[in-house]
Amino acid sequence: MSIEIRNVRKNFGNFSALNDISLEVPSGELVALLGPSGCGKTTLLRIIAGLEAPDAGNVLFNGEDTTERHVRERQVGFVFQHYALFRHMTVFENVAFGLRVRPRQARPNAAEIHRRVHELLNLVQLDWLADRYPPQLSGGQRQRIALARALAVEPKVLLLDEPFGALDAQVRKDLRRWLRHLHDELHITSVFVTHDQEEALEVADRIVVLNKGAVEQIGTPGEVYDSPATPFVYHFLGNVNLFHSRVHAGFARIGEIELEAPEHAAAEDAPALAYVRPHDIDIQREANGGSAFKAVVSFIHPVGPVVRLELQRADNSELVEAELTRERFRELDLHDGETVYIKPRALKVFLSQAA
Amino acid sequence: MSTLALPINNYTAKVAKSRAIAEPAWLRWLLIGAALVFLGLFLFMPLAAVFTEALRKGWRVYLAAFSEADALAAIKLTFTAAAIAVPLNLVFGVAAAWAIAKFDFKGKSVLLTLIDLPFAVSPVIAGLIYVLIFGLQGWFGGWLNDHDIKVIFAVPGIVLATIFVTFPFVARELIPLMQAQGKDEEEAAIMLGASGWQAFWRVTLPNVKWGLLYGVILSNARAMGEFGAVSVVSGHVRGLTNTLPLHVEILYNEYNYVAAFACASLLALLALVTLALKTLVEWQAARAVVVTE
Repeated sequence: MSIEIRNVRKNFGNFSALNDISLEVPSGELVALLGPSGCGKTTLLRIIAGLEAPDAGNVLFNGEDTTERHVRERQVGFVFQHYALFRHMTVFENVAFGLRVRPRQARPNAAEIHRRVHELLNLVQLDWLADRYPPQLSGGQRQRIALARALAVEPKVLLLDEPFGALDAQVRKDLRRWLRHLHDELHITSVFVTHDQEEALEVADRIVVLNKGAVEQIGTPGEVYDSPATPFVYHFLGNVNLFHSRVHAGFARIGEIELEAPEHAAAEDAPALAYVRPHDIDIQREANGGSAFKAVVSFIHPVGPVVRLELQRADNSELVEAELTRERFRELDLHDGETVYIKPRALKVFLSQAA
Repeated sequence: MSTLALPINNYTAKVAKSRAIAEPAWLRWLLIGAALVFLGLFLFMPLAAVFTEALRKGWRVYLAAFSEADALAAIKLTFTAAAIAVPLNLVFGVAAAWAIAKFDFKGKSVLLTLIDLPFAVSPVIAGLIYVLIFGLQGWFGGWLNDHDIKVIFAVPGIVLATIFVTFPFVARELIPLMQAQGKDEEEAAIMLGASGWQAFWRVTLPNVKWGLLYGVILSNARAMGEFGAVSVVSGHVRGLTNTLPLHVEILYNEYNYVAAFACASLLALLALVTLALKTLVEWQAARAVVVTE
């Protein structure tokens, strides 16, 4: 079932949580709503679910307006950040809940409920926990049970609110891969909220980046990461170095050097900001022509498979962050205080707003 | 050997740690002693006195105090008042706590304050309010008299006063509990297709059952022991509008000490049973947490 959101607005008092949001989720896709806390992503999810009503705008399922339709009739499965399992019921009863509360004509008999619940528990690989109570489970187990419970009512849409937000780093990674596989198996249109860009990049078919109640960019993980539409998206999707520059006729001038910026061929001596990711910075011992800055190595932090460097530009003593592979680092044999040349391999230039 | 040594090491470590943060021995014993003396003087001695006085002339006289018609009527009235007031306040308390903890609406804080009112107001004033409203000279007194309905100096007045003073117990017990549990589980139930009614019966209520029982026990204890408010509206008609606490007072004023203390001992026993029940409920609630933890 496809989801369409048209011009949705929501205010809490004077605070505008969602400001004219429109987006589409094609049937069968797994979409991430990504943004910092307070950007309105959870509010948007709750509006799709029907747990909140928008002040203006519509939510359409398969082209049909659901704004007036009760939560119960939307056929939406919802997974809460803190699981919201029924603490006084066993795992089995939790999963069976959605079947047991159906009106008598639609309610499956006991044998059928038993079969369905065990089928779902097998799907989430936790059949052996059927008789436990939620507080006896680990966080990852609870979240999988919560997912099984949401799937029990055969939803047409699955909504997940920061599903892995309360879990440890390792469990988080395992679980999000598992979620991706599950989605590939079931193909239920799914929307999940996250503030973790890595999670969104890894799991989602498409990412909706939200900021301050507005959509910044919608695209595949590749599009959003490689060609961010706004400085905010660039910032939010990873570490970044920022250079003040002037752009003229397709070239960005940063300090003493000039780099190509073909997307701004029409710009004439316009102030701009150039963004470079730390792993897109190359470090050389020699100047090798005019497109590298002189800088001094000020800190070296080896972090797992990469080495992070802090460098101080020679011309204006601004700090630049670079990330090298261990191999490249060993090759260069760098030490604190050494003078090197840094060269941005790829940069993204945004013209400064007319000020 | 090492398996033996380990627990001993743990033990000494524990002692050393507790010594590191403890006050000197003389201070500890002084504080404990003061607490014990206070408890003895103000709790154990009166309790012992009640039973000693009640049994001063032997078991036969003690039991005879209860077989008297007026005493039986007082006991019956006390139980009747509690049997009406407690279930009503159970329903009201759950409804109020549900509304306050799970929904946002205008006037929520006013409602919260109103629930606390019976705690803040002196019970005598509470009784007087009912006299002013339903008494012969009160607002509805004339109308009630015309229709031959007696509220003040009759059983309905006693029930009303009892309801008023036991008003906050259930709600006050449940509100913090429900607020701590949040709305997530109810929202999950609704998302799974439950109606509001189903969510309440299957999710909200089972989650607060121990707190609810605790509130009911406290509410019942207060309902049976209430003196001030009931005293104002009762009129002290023997065998008709006397509750057990009022009966004790009358007997005492008539110098019938043994009977007075006998009836008082019944109230004291009731209190002890309440305490035992309360402890049992607390223990069960704690166990429920441990089992599911």
